[in-house]
Amino acid sequence: MRIVDFSSFLLFMVYCVFVNNFIFSRFLGCCPFLGVSSKVQTATGMGLAVTFVMALASFFTYFVNMMLVGLGLGYLQTIAFILVIAALVQFVEMFMKKSMPALYSALGVYLPLITTNCAVLAVTVMNADNSYNLFESVCNGVFGALGFMLAIVLMAGVRWRAPTSRRASRASRPA
Amino acid sequence: MAENNNKPSLHGIFMNGLLNENPTFRLVLGTCPTLAVTTSAINGIGMGLAATFVLVCSNVVVSLVRKLIPDKARIPSFIVIIATFVTIVQMMMQAFVPSLYEALGIFIPLIVVNCIILARAEAFASKNGPLQSAVDGLGMGLGFTCAITLIGIVRELIGNGSVFGINLLGASYEPMLLFVLAPGGFITFGLLLGIINAITARRAAKKGGEQA
Repeated sequence: MRIVDFSSFLLFMVYCVFVNNFIFSRFLGCCPFLGVSSKVQTATGMGLAVTFVMALASFFTYFVNMMLVGLGLGYLQTIAFILVIAALVQFVEMFMKKSMPALYSALGVYLPLITTNCAVLAVTVMNADNSYNLFESVCNGVFGALGFMLAIVLMAGVRWRAPTSRRASRASRPA
Repeated sequence: MAENNNKPSLHGIFMNGLLNENPTFRLVLGTCPTLAVTTSAINGIGMGLAATFVLVCSNVVVSLVRKLIPDKARIPSFIVIIATFVTIVQMMMQAFVPSLYEALGIFIPLIVVNCIILARAEAFASKNGPLQSAVDGLGMGLGFTCAITLIGIVRELIGNGSVFGINLLGASYEPMLLFVLAPGGFITFGLLLGIINAITARRAAKKGGEQA
């Protein structure tokens, strides 16, 4: 899958968001998917934070990977990428705390947890494996994360509705 | 929970990881590899053993350096230790079991972000001695291995009619392809989780009844 013109860009988008959805077809990022999907609001916040981190991670690891390959240190990929992601999450956290305190407090504990979201590491490894160029890497990160957000918001909607459905409320009514 | 006692026996720690706090079925950690690589039993075992190796090694190292690491730099240090062992496993698998390496693909580097490993480093190894930590890692790792092998067996049997590549159900069996595809992973995992929860609840109720 490569981006050469606008139509292949659209195709790439559909491919990342729907066909290869991180959660439903690649099984990546299942932990936050199950953990954070009890409310639609927090799920949306988590999805946005992941999108942000994934886009930045794709951008920076592209250069890191170029450097590692140039130096013949390809086997350090995993360690280097996870450090970049951890540093990035820390940086985003500090930045948000200073300049966007409202969003920061809304995301709360979910922000540091993004480091261990396997979808973020996966996207960077995938970019390197498929030797995507800079633009393709960032697109892969952003659209992949949007697919993740779609899945987690859908799940949150289901989980929010399930206990309030008629059958459940009838069952829980005192006899 | 064994780690709440002052001096838990090694056997207790081991069984705690294997059964009482089974990472997959009781704690529901590390769900991504659980769902993704369990299309066949052999993949499940390979993934489980790789994760067990990383878990034991990282637990021992974390426990050895636990007094040297400042509290604030804890998580990044743990991640670097884990990533080192994952890289070792990755290179070993590439050299000795290339077919398994191909089958597991991206999920080998992703052992780094497997929540079980970081969770054990944080919850157990950073508070206990190296021997206990090694046993805890072994118990948790084998608990994880058993769980994902079980899921792998179920999915391979229903989706392919075979277990460990050996055809069991005969040529007349029409494989339900759904089970080796993505939805089958979620369905199998959900059903097994439900069955195991039901068994645990029944056992707990029985125990409660006997005590009363």
